[in-house]
Amino acid sequence: MQQSYDAIIIGGGHNGLTCAAYLAKGGEKAGKSKLKVLVLERREKVGGAAMSEEKYPGFTYSTCSYVCSLLRPEIFRFLDLPRHGLQVIPYDINSAPNPEGEGIIYYSDHDRTRESLRRHSIRDAEAYDEYAMEISRYCRFIKRTLLMTPPDPTQINPFVQNRINPWGHREDLEGLLKIGREFGRLGERNMYDMIRFWSMSVADFLDQYFETPRWKGLAAASSIIGTALGPYSPGTAYVLLHHYMGEVDGQIGAWGFARGGMGSVSKAIASAAEEAGVEIRVNAEVEKVIVKDGKAVGVALKSGEEIYGRSIVSNADPKRTYLKLVDKGDLDAIDPDIHRYARNYKIRGSSGKLNIALDGLPEFAGLPKESCYGTIDIGGDFDYIERAFDDYKYGSWSKRPFLDCVIPTTVDPTMSPPGKHFMSVFVQYVPYQLAEGPWTPEMKAQYEKDVLDTIELHAPGFKKLVLHVQCRTPWDIENEVGMTEGNIFHGELTLDQLLFNRPFPGMGQYRGPFDNFYMCGSGTHPGGGVMGAPGANAATEMLKDFRRGVVQ
Amino acid sequence: MTAYVEHLKPFLRKTPFHERIEPLMTGNQWMRWTGHYSPAAFESVQSEYMTIRNGASVYDVSPLIKYRITGRQAAEYVNHLITRDLAKIKPMQAFYTSWCQDDGMLVEEGTIFRFGENDFLLNAAKDQLHWLEQVAYGFDVHIEDISYDLAGLSLQGPQSRDVLRAFGINGIDLLPRFGIMELELNGRWLRIDRAGFTGDLGYEIWTRPQDALWLWDRLFEVGRDHKIAPIGAHALEIARIEAGFILIDADYSGALHALRPSNRMSPYELGIGWTVNLSKQGYFVGKRALKREKEHGLSRYVLTGIEIEGRKPAPGSFLYADQPGKHELGLTTSAEWSPTLKKNIAYARVPMKYAKPGTQMWIEIWYHKEHKIERSMVRCWAANRMFYDPPRKSA
Amino acid sequence: MTDVVVIGAGHNGLVTATYLAKAGLKVTVLEAAPQIGGAAVTREFVPGYKTSGVAHLLHGLHPAIARDLDLARHGLDLKAQRVETRSLLPGDRSFDTSSVASVSRTDAEAYPAVMARLTRMADALAAYALHTPPRPDAMKMDWQAKLNLGKFAWGLRRLGKKDMLELTRILTMNVNDLANDYFESDAVKGLLCFEGVLGLALGPRSPSTVFNLLYRLSSLGANGQGGFLLPKGGMGSVAQALGRAAQAAGVLIRTGAAVDHILIENDVAAGAVLSTGEEIRASRVVSNADPQRTALQLIGPRNLDAMFVTRIRHLRMNGCAAKIHLALDGLPEALANARGRIVVAPRPDDIERAYDCAKYGRVSDRPALELTIPTLSDPSLAPAGKHVASIVAQYCPYKLRGTSVNDARQQIGERSLAVLEEVAPGLKQRVTAMEVLTPHDLEKQFGMTGGQWHHGEITLDQVLFLRPAGQAQEYRMPVPGVYLCGAGAHPGGNISGAPGYNAAREILKDARAQKRVVGAA
Repeated sequence: MQQSYDAIIIGGGHNGLTCAAYLAKGGEKAGKSKLKVLVLERREKVGGAAMSEEKYPGFTYSTCSYVCSLLRPEIFRFLDLPRHGLQVIPYDINSAPNPEGEGIIYYSDHDRTRESLRRHSIRDAEAYDEYAMEISRYCRFIKRTLLMTPPDPTQINPFVQNRINPWGHREDLEGLLKIGREFGRLGERNMYDMIRFWSMSVADFLDQYFETPRWKGLAAASSIIGTALGPYSPGTAYVLLHHYMGEVDGQIGAWGFARGGMGSVSKAIASAAEEAGVEIRVNAEVEKVIVKDGKAVGVALKSGEEIYGRSIVSNADPKRTYLKLVDKGDLDAIDPDIHRYARNYKIRGSSGKLNIALDGLPEFAGLPKESCYGTIDIGGDFDYIERAFDDYKYGSWSKRPFLDCVIPTTVDPTMSPPGKHFMSVFVQYVPYQLAEGPWTPEMKAQYEKDVLDTIELHAPGFKKLVLHVQCRTPWDIENEVGMTEGNIFHGELTLDQLLFNRPFPGMGQYRGPFDNFYMCGSGTHPGGGVMGAPGANAATEMLKDFRRGVVQ
Repeated sequence: MTAYVEHLKPFLRKTPFHERIEPLMTGNQWMRWTGHYSPAAFESVQSEYMTIRNGASVYDVSPLIKYRITGRQAAEYVNHLITRDLAKIKPMQAFYTSWCQDDGMLVEEGTIFRFGENDFLLNAAKDQLHWLEQVAYGFDVHIEDISYDLAGLSLQGPQSRDVLRAFGINGIDLLPRFGIMELELNGRWLRIDRAGFTGDLGYEIWTRPQDALWLWDRLFEVGRDHKIAPIGAHALEIARIEAGFILIDADYSGALHALRPSNRMSPYELGIGWTVNLSKQGYFVGKRALKREKEHGLSRYVLTGIEIEGRKPAPGSFLYADQPGKHELGLTTSAEWSPTLKKNIAYARVPMKYAKPGTQMWIEIWYHKEHKIERSMVRCWAANRMFYDPPRKSA
Repeated sequence: MTDVVVIGAGHNGLVTATYLAKAGLKVTVLEAAPQIGGAAVTREFVPGYKTSGVAHLLHGLHPAIARDLDLARHGLDLKAQRVETRSLLPGDRSFDTSSVASVSRTDAEAYPAVMARLTRMADALAAYALHTPPRPDAMKMDWQAKLNLGKFAWGLRRLGKKDMLELTRILTMNVNDLANDYFESDAVKGLLCFEGVLGLALGPRSPSTVFNLLYRLSSLGANGQGGFLLPKGGMGSVAQALGRAAQAAGVLIRTGAAVDHILIENDVAAGAVLSTGEEIRASRVVSNADPQRTALQLIGPRNLDAMFVTRIRHLRMNGCAAKIHLALDGLPEALANARGRIVVAPRPDDIERAYDCAKYGRVSDRPALELTIPTLSDPSLAPAGKHVASIVAQYCPYKLRGTSVNDARQQIGERSLAVLEEVAPGLKQRVTAMEVLTPHDLEKQFGMTGGQWHHGEITLDQVLFLRPAGQAQEYRMPVPGVYLCGAGAHPGGNISGAPGYNAAREILKDARAQKRVVGAA
């Protein structure tokens, strides 16, 4: 059999590219392994959901993901991304407009936030510190698990030998002990608080600290973005962390814009990968993974071409990987449960996106002009968000959705003509399919209108500024980027699909069911957000296998 | 309908005395204090410090966070909150106390003022309304943040009483340490208490914000002959350390705001175990934990004073039992050269048995020597943290 | 003089009292009501018609406790009272576990295996029912606790890698997703979802509901009665048997003795004070009341630390179910042979929509129902030829918004009857009298805060060592000498007796330790 590549990566998303670059560098910053790595991208350019595109003359849209902070600094450094053109500009204001009065604004400056919250409630202003500290404590713990392969609690017997670790399996035990030690450092009371925090609802959590309904609604925003849950659902408090654990320049919880749109992230990683010797082929859609005798040996392209490699890595989401790219027969030969896991994998799309070209800066009700420099969260109290969720639950888009808006052109002059602006509107909740059936153009138009009406309500005069709207449902996102059901995280971030259970029980360590088959997308630990960690972690595991000769 | 709010710019608050302070800030050394502009130093730290020990220093304490506690069960509530026995103070008296979390870790320490049977004022350095209200569950009590309703000056130094006498405060000679008096002067309301952060004779003067400038002007007018001068936080810091007072965020992390739970400290560990009264009537927050700590000797260390050989200031320095530095004992927190005592002093966390005054330890100091960092290992000795305690403080 | 005072003669209080008395302690049980039993009572709601007041099905009573206390000898007959669950569907259809095929062939094939697998997992979890919960800080556990934890872990491991991982996956999931994973027909999914949300202020799509399902399944396995029982004479007969067992062991039971607060001297328990002012002194006081009542009223926030008080205050104690009792002069055809447990929850979305109402503080437009007709197996509960029906209707929220309690009472009654009428036409005409107990009524009559019959919802953030609160999970309240033995302690609700059993063990441990200290001195 002809073996022309050491690793073939299916999908040129940011994780696929990160994985490729790490592999090609052989896990050492200055190093260059002799591994030959090929990235196959279905579309005409790489980037997946981290993509900048000109959909309207003169405007660059971040078409899917729109802000950046979760991208781990370790990866930034390792791949030397600034040299490849990536610059992340933090913003330090987050606000919620209010058509009936003063909006809520908070800043990265503590004293300023306190003054701002004090205008609504002195209790909330004073509780803010305690709340922020509590969140930081949890983040400190979680952060350390991000760039770590999640230990499998069923594998802790150090003497058991298996295919992957013929010399006995100690890493899982050590990993668990490491997490245990970190946990131990919390002190008993904080242990209880944290365990409780993982399984409680964000509404219950915030109610312990705050009283202003709109402020609570704003604070809850991070915990429902991208999920198919409402603020009253248990388990949402954890998702809050997933958005808080990002950092820009060491400031935990800060978010930033990538200069030139989110496509710059992919472009920089691709450039780093190519420099390391990775071969990237676009317009090369993979049809099937070729499996022989329980070993992944290559891929078949849609064009009919077959490419063989020593290892195959999928950057696609788990559902796409195991239900479309892999033959059921091949899976069943290994374990019939895997197909069931894949079928049952929770990957409901819940978010839509509107990309809007604007003739000028909008003015939001109850907010100062400066609020356009950060995120503007259009919503209300818990009930507002929960009702938006109710619409979604029964198969419709939210009639009054929760919207996360950013106008990156306020800080990034490269994305629009002077004086004009690009606004990214993240819409929560939008179903992949409607109760009545698939999306129709009329439905989509109605959904677009509902979103624009909601914005107009919170920013009177907004509609007059609109030059062009690109409206996208989860269905559109799936078709364009390939993420099943348009789920932005490659699978919901609920506790049942985290750590060693991500994507499936027993497959949480980046290895697929076949020999030489790996996963590197957001469907693996630690999950979605433009983080790069799954790609880097997968590469680390693969390099181990290369070194130990597990990959033949 | 659309209402635009001010953008909170500038968002730092100006104290009621700001108009007078700003022109005097010739060195432009501002700092932030609870979101206010506050002077770090006006011109010369040294002369400001000497004012504290020699004349009458004026420090703007308006940024302190102030909680008024009233209601039918305010006294019971305060006694449940704090570690000292409230029965020890009558109306128009104040005392210094600690208050703790459930596990006996210090939330903060400070002064609580009692104006009536059920009328209190708590001065704090950190926001904690959330905590105070948590403790208030089950008590008929009302807690209000009145930080912005009072303007205050701390008048400290041997001449401070003379200044107040000249100001026309009748009965100032009779005001005992930690006593409070309220009066009207020229139709303006004043509250004077005899407390401070310098370990010297001193008073705090409170008034309505609208009368703040009047107060400042009158004080400086009558004080001219008594060596009155404004001071900043740097000068106060030296006096504070000499006097043995601890400061949140410098010597300890408040339990509500500690990122690492192990960084929290108990009153015993901070050397203010005397503020914990385990035999007072009724339960108070943290009592069981503090009792256990005391009975079983669970304190991890104690914050003691140390005197250090030489004159290199030693904040954040490691202490050792031996000269080679093999056996680490602890770490210093606040440290300054004391101009009055001519001693190099510091606070240090060390195991109990090393805290006995006179115990010799070694300290590793890293210091700047013309843009270079150098290291020295010198001797130091445990000492009473109250390095400077003049009789006039309580006379 | 008594050694121990137990506040509340609910089933757990009686279990604790009996175990303590058997170990030689002098125990006094104080009960506010004129009869014992707490939420396990049989009461006459209309002259001549009797039914169980709150719980109406027995399934969780731990067999080890029933054996230890020899309840059979004290008049509790647990045999031959087993009933099956039948789900009523619109259009005169219904199914039970043996006739799943009538709604779906595929599900009928899957059903036994799925339920067996879930029960296996539930049993592995339930192994902790008769142990004190572990502490996450291993340093704070004694060798016994470590051994228990080890045995538990081994039990999980013995499930096999597949099941163990599946358990970690489903544990936090929502029951609607689980139902979709395993089944295809709405009817089967609806029944599973109903089991998952019963007793919770959550809907089928809320995470943590699978845990509740497993929790219920655990009491249907080896750690419970193996199924649902309809006790002869109503739930009160269980309490009566427990009461007789207690008295046989020498426990003194005083009814009509309402405790006002726990007497605390020098920060240590000293007894209980009745509302009459009478003091009953004892060095140990055990509360069978719920954690909020115990901490905030009986002990009082003044004797407690602030964060503990806050935690207890924030316990989710939202009762969400109403209890409806019907006096019937006959049965409609659909219910003529309904000896067992009837569930009316035809589709998951029906339950979810019912929950949506409750979420915003309203009574469900179409409640989900559980119904028993105890008179079919025990005619003595009603006049000859007449019947009673006992219904659990979900959801009737405790936290109402814009609805008064009186309106809520009327609404849940009417709406439940309307739902029933659809699956059992003619029922309405048979109703001669009706009693509705909303969570507010349950709170008032049975002293359960929030009308929450588990003394705190069974969700992941409120179980094991988080029940009732971290550092208080070992049945000891922060005040030395005060213990919690009710359902608010691990392992929680259902008429299981396990919290009472565990509390007794911990109390005896303390008593022995004290004896040693005194002996040494």
